[in-house]
Amino acid sequence: MEQKLKTDFDKFISMSNFSNQEIKLKKEALDNFLKNGFPSRKLENWKFSDIKQIIQKNIGELTFYNDYNIKNEINDEIFIKEIEHNKIVIVNGKVERLSFEYEESDKINLTTLENYNQNPNDDNSLLSLNNSFSNKIHNILVKKNYSFKKPLIIYQITNEKVSNTNINFQLMFELEENSSIKIINLSQDNSEKNFINNLFNFNLGKNAILKNYKIDKKSNTNIKYDYSSITQKENSISETFIFSSGSEYIKNEVSCNLEGQYSSAFINGIHLLSKNKHHEIRTNTNHLYENTKSYQLIKSVIDDSSKSVYQGKIYVDSKAQKTDGYQLSKAVLLNEQAEFNAKPELEIYADDVKCSHGSASGSLDEDSIFYLMSRGLDKKTAKELLINGFLLDVVEKITDEEIKKLLKNMIGLN
Amino acid sequence: MRDKQIEDLKDYKYGFSTDIESFKAPKGLNEEVIRFISNIKKEPDWLLQWRLKAFERLKVLKEPDWQKPKYPKIDYQDLYYYSAPKSFKEKPKNLEDLDPKLLETYKKLGIPLQEQKRLNGIAVDAVFDSVSVATTFKDTLTKKGIIFCSISEAIQKHPDLVKKYLGSVIPITDHFFATLNSAVFTDGSFVYIPPNVKCPMELSTYFRINASDTGQFERTLIIADKGSYVSYLEGCTAPMRDENQLHAANVELIALDDAEIKYSTVQNWYPGDKDGKGGIYNFVTKRGLCKGKNSKISWTQVETGSAITWKYPSCILKGDNSIGEFYSIAITNNHQKADTGTKMIHLGKNTKSKIISKGISAGKSDMTYRGLVDISKNASNSTNYTQCDSLLMGNKCGAHTVPYIKNKNSNSNIAHEATTSKISEDQLHYCQQRGLNQEEAVGLIVNGFCKEVLQQLPMEFAVEAQKLVGISLEGSVG
Repeated sequence: MEQKLKTDFDKFISMSNFSNQEIKLKKEALDNFLKNGFPSRKLENWKFSDIKQIIQKNIGELTFYNDYNIKNEINDEIFIKEIEHNKIVIVNGKVERLSFEYEESDKINLTTLENYNQNPNDDNSLLSLNNSFSNKIHNILVKKNYSFKKPLIIYQITNEKVSNTNINFQLMFELEENSSIKIINLSQDNSEKNFINNLFNFNLGKNAILKNYKIDKKSNTNIKYDYSSITQKENSISETFIFSSGSEYIKNEVSCNLEGQYSSAFINGIHLLSKNKHHEIRTNTNHLYENTKSYQLIKSVIDDSSKSVYQGKIYVDSKAQKTDGYQLSKAVLLNEQAEFNAKPELEIYADDVKCSHGSASGSLDEDSIFYLMSRGLDKKTAKELLINGFLLDVVEKITDEEIKKLLKNMIGLN
Repeated sequence: MRDKQIEDLKDYKYGFSTDIESFKAPKGLNEEVIRFISNIKKEPDWLLQWRLKAFERLKVLKEPDWQKPKYPKIDYQDLYYYSAPKSFKEKPKNLEDLDPKLLETYKKLGIPLQEQKRLNGIAVDAVFDSVSVATTFKDTLTKKGIIFCSISEAIQKHPDLVKKYLGSVIPITDHFFATLNSAVFTDGSFVYIPPNVKCPMELSTYFRINASDTGQFERTLIIADKGSYVSYLEGCTAPMRDENQLHAANVELIALDDAEIKYSTVQNWYPGDKDGKGGIYNFVTKRGLCKGKNSKISWTQVETGSAITWKYPSCILKGDNSIGEFYSIAITNNHQKADTGTKMIHLGKNTKSKIISKGISAGKSDMTYRGLVDISKNASNSTNYTQCDSLLMGNKCGAHTVPYIKNKNSNSNIAHEATTSKISEDQLHYCQQRGLNQEEAVGLIVNGFCKEVLQQLPMEFAVEAQKLVGISLEGSVG
């Protein structure tokens, strides 16, 4: 693999027009990845899924070279019609369209960046891989006191032109003081057997509000790793919602750093799995300042021989007195072959805190099914009704009414 | 009066050492030393071979390093693996022959070896460094067919039982410290309860590390045959020394059909001084196997001592309808560190497990609850309930919860809850209003916090443990 990485990297560099500084940074990132390789089960964060093996089993040999010179046609049919929205269209890891037609253009600043600044102590080798092979990185800056009028929908499309390929993609958001944005990240995969490695970075200034909804619904055989890093200043709010169902394998990782007082982070997620799918959510909320708050709610419905994993960590620094942290994960196993693993973790160094977590897993409550059946429902409907209610709990947490309605329809929960 | 009591107890009162001449194996870990230990204990060849096999395995094993409390590297060649009072070359036949200094030591520790002085009936097996010095109430137990003796004696007198069960729960192919113990274990207790016998008294072992530079590697094996019941207590102390001492014991419990074992520990090894110097490294492997159907194993532990506590008393629920329980209080103060919890492995159908863990950290200490609940595919209708609560005192200490939950069976339920908080101002205020000073109020609240676990302990132990809880937290408030 090492040789393949090196030749693909050289080809990638020669076909692109990066500056010398960018090439230098990319080389460093590649060396870092070569040193560490794909993460293995030995790393605590990857205890429940061996991504190297998953890639080998589902994809086989990977190509790291991805041609960003190909121009992709965009069919307007794919766009959501129910609501007016701004668009970013990404095809096979390349940004094809950026349109902020509903916004004031002088309030948004679009630039490209050299690299995601990876913390040197961070041993996440997939971020290094992303840094070495990703195309130009777009940075979207929302200026002070500006709130997006309409939501932004990010269409992440893959088409049949790629297969057995590693696609790396990065996108950055900078929210200045008092600004706000609502984002829907929609995956639309028409490709098979690729390894898609995404990185989203959000910097939230004072009083900024981020609402981020990630939807992976369409069934496909791609393997995905999706990393969101959120840094929050004083009084800022972030809300993340994850609906994870379509891809063969996906690990959604959300890392929140609450750096300013009164900042809060909410992460809610749904796993709706069947067949052989294996999905994982990992949340990492770091309370680094006084009076911060975080809340996580993850629910899984697991059918056939699928597997759901939730790893959640609440970290409280010794400075972060008066932290309020709560985490709950629940799973329903519908089939004997199904599997649920959880690792809810608390790491706490301050005494004046209120932190708790809960995790429960099991079958659907027989009494509830009996109750519904005694009122004339057949077993299948009764079960569906219960699952619907179980998951709706998470969807109801969405604070934007318009988007909540849209997503309910899209997911099929009512 | 309480102040005086506190003053008396503030210092580690078991910190004295007994000036007794000891007889040691040469320093270091090698085949010679293992042969030496095996030889001096007049062990049969199969056991020597078993030890050597473990040693072979040890050579390829790496010391684990995933735990939260880190410690300086231990030089295994710089330790004594066998130390016994010199008068022990031939084990004394009865208490009259016992070195008076030893009797004095146990008297100081509050462990009377003379049966007639004992009011409440608890049979004690006392282990001093590497050897068992005395076992009390033997006659009463023999009448019931119960075997309670040192493991060395059991190897001589009941080789079939030992051969059948030794290593059946913790095999020699296990992790580093367990395998180290298999290679060099010196003494420990052996209990066999025959079918349908309810052990009439509490059985107890008292461990004492005396000699310096010595590691203590004892091995305890408890077998409860069909339909039997036993309650077993374990207590530990060590003298105050500047260096860290290693204690790597293995405890194996086996419960056959309908049998029940209750294992309670009050661990009060020397925790090191206020600056974190010295203290015991308590790296113990404890594992119980519910082999038969309807069997039950219950672990209760009160962990207040040791510089580092690193242990996970576990239950393997193999028999159908078997039950595993774990009740724990862990308290760390000053520079103490603890990484403890349990593993509940559900293999049989209709198995149940319950975990109640209470952690209290104060001073500059660090405490981790780490646990695993694993319900396998075949363990249908199994349930687990876990509750782990942590209490923090001050902002220089840490409390962490790291549970691993694996559910592979759709008919089984797992529920896990954890909370971390400090003592609420309201509670303190309420107590103080009623005339308690702050320390008393904290003591009262902490005791209430631990109540669920303290209730599980046998009476005599519960009183001692309750006191220990108070003492361990002295000076951590305000």
